[in-house]
Amino acid sequence: MITYGVVTALLAMSPLFLNKYWVDVLNNVGLYAILGLSLNIIVGHAGLFNLGHAAFYAVGAYTAAIFNTRFNIPVLWLLPLCACSAGLFAAIVMRPIIHLRGDYLCIVTIGLGEIVRIALINDVFGITGGANGIFGIDRPSIFGIAIRRPHEFFYLIWGFVAVAVFLFYRLENSRFGRALNYLREDEVAAEGSGINVAHYKLACFVIGAAWAGMVGNVFASKMTIISPESFSFWESVLIFTLILLGGSASIPGVILGALLIVGLPEVFRGIANARMLIFGGAMIAMMIFRTEGILPPRPRKYTLSDDSSGESRA
Amino acid sequence: MSLLSIKNLTKRFGGVLAVNEVALEVGTGSIMGLIGPNGAGKTTVFNLITGISRPDQGEIIFDGKLLVGLPTHRIIALGIARTFQTIRLFQNLSVLENVLAGCHSRMKSGSLRAMLRTPFQRGEEKAALARAVQALEFVGLRRDAEQLAKNLSHGNQRLLEIARALVTKPRLLILDEPAGGMNEQETTDLITLIRKIRDQGITILLIEHDMSLVMRVCEHIVVLDYGAKISEGTAEKVKSDPLVIEAYLGTDEE
Repeated sequence: MITYGVVTALLAMSPLFLNKYWVDVLNNVGLYAILGLSLNIIVGHAGLFNLGHAAFYAVGAYTAAIFNTRFNIPVLWLLPLCACSAGLFAAIVMRPIIHLRGDYLCIVTIGLGEIVRIALINDVFGITGGANGIFGIDRPSIFGIAIRRPHEFFYLIWGFVAVAVFLFYRLENSRFGRALNYLREDEVAAEGSGINVAHYKLACFVIGAAWAGMVGNVFASKMTIISPESFSFWESVLIFTLILLGGSASIPGVILGALLIVGLPEVFRGIANARMLIFGGAMIAMMIFRTEGILPPRPRKYTLSDDSSGESRA
Repeated sequence: MSLLSIKNLTKRFGGVLAVNEVALEVGTGSIMGLIGPNGAGKTTVFNLITGISRPDQGEIIFDGKLLVGLPTHRIIALGIARTFQTIRLFQNLSVLENVLAGCHSRMKSGSLRAMLRTPFQRGEEKAALARAVQALEFVGLRRDAEQLAKNLSHGNQRLLEIARALVTKPRLLILDEPAGGMNEQETTDLITLIRKIRDQGITILLIEHDMSLVMRVCEHIVVLDYGAKISEGTAEKVKSDPLVIEAYLGTDEE
């Protein structure tokens, strides 16, 4: 608890002593942290392999870009719309394939990610701008204060992370979160205990996609230009690995994972060529020595009333 | 009045006739046993009742409602709970969380209420927790509430399955070989527990291999062999039925 407090305080003050470059690195870490949290619901909690998360991210980003550049709607106002479009997209495309298990689902989601990326390159409906993407997206502004510099974005993004952590924490400690864990552990037993397995599988995809869509919105307004190459297969892999590295189904784990996967390569710019080698080596070491990730989830806490009234009706 | 009535139930797996025109009536408040040699189709009947597989033919009526074609979670919500022959717990979750799984179908809060943590959601969580603890006390696992399910002994894992089934507030509880892997003492305790459950007004349908358990606890017994019903009645009657003896022990070939 104290550790988390110190880390949060340190993080909140970091823009005061970091230069633009490092604040921007932290901003990227923040974006990946939320992407990680959104995918964590699907991969960590429900145990469904999804290697196409960038597709949902892209849908959100393009929704923000299109509506902002064509209709001049302020980007932050588009947050709910981005969440809805990405969520709806997930609901439609995942519905027919949600019953697939393990590797099969994984392969289909890889396909989904690629289809979306290629569709964007081919300028579907003539609104995505093809390979060039969309440029000239507005910066966000809150109460008339335009957010431009990395230091300003820092508070927007990390505020967003804080909200995400707060809500995801509540979500995982609820009937909904437990249901996802049950179906990860044993689908037949979950269904046999009265849990609508198909519904929850789809629901976690919709929620995860909606959050990824909102990150897409912030990403679009931060970059002011988006193109299909920002949503490649590599992005999905990055989000997936940061969960496995940090600790799946663990919020602190995911944030630490984002810090390591996105932040560390910047620290070691000097040995940039060996980056993938170190990265691969670290993953192998993880698989052997610490399979649940660096910060595995703690068991949920329940406060049990200690009345041993004995033989009462269940 | 029968709570569950099965008519003309048939299920084929390829060329194998697993269940052949079986008819059953389970009376409200009774303890009924379904027995038969290995491969007689007992578990298949259970899977058909709970919607895990669909019958090729026949009707399953629970409290006036047709169950055929309903998904399992809907059937659970209607008031049928089951345990599994091969223990199917959520091994890496705590004992308490395993029981909370059973509370799921009697709760309403979804993801939105969870994120907002509305008073309704908090009240519901509290009530579910109390109910889960109560069920654990009932089967005698209260002290192990915070253990992981996989750390329980085999017999206790079976009890945990029963607790998980009980919190779904069933009117019919289906036990698939509950005494499997239990020793003599545990079996005796199980019989007491089954009677206690019935005394709460829950009807029980029991599949069992262990004839002694069935003979001691069941008021009415149905015997299956090769998917077909060959005998039915009280323990005494079934025990002396030549067809049953033949199915279990075979006949002398002259």
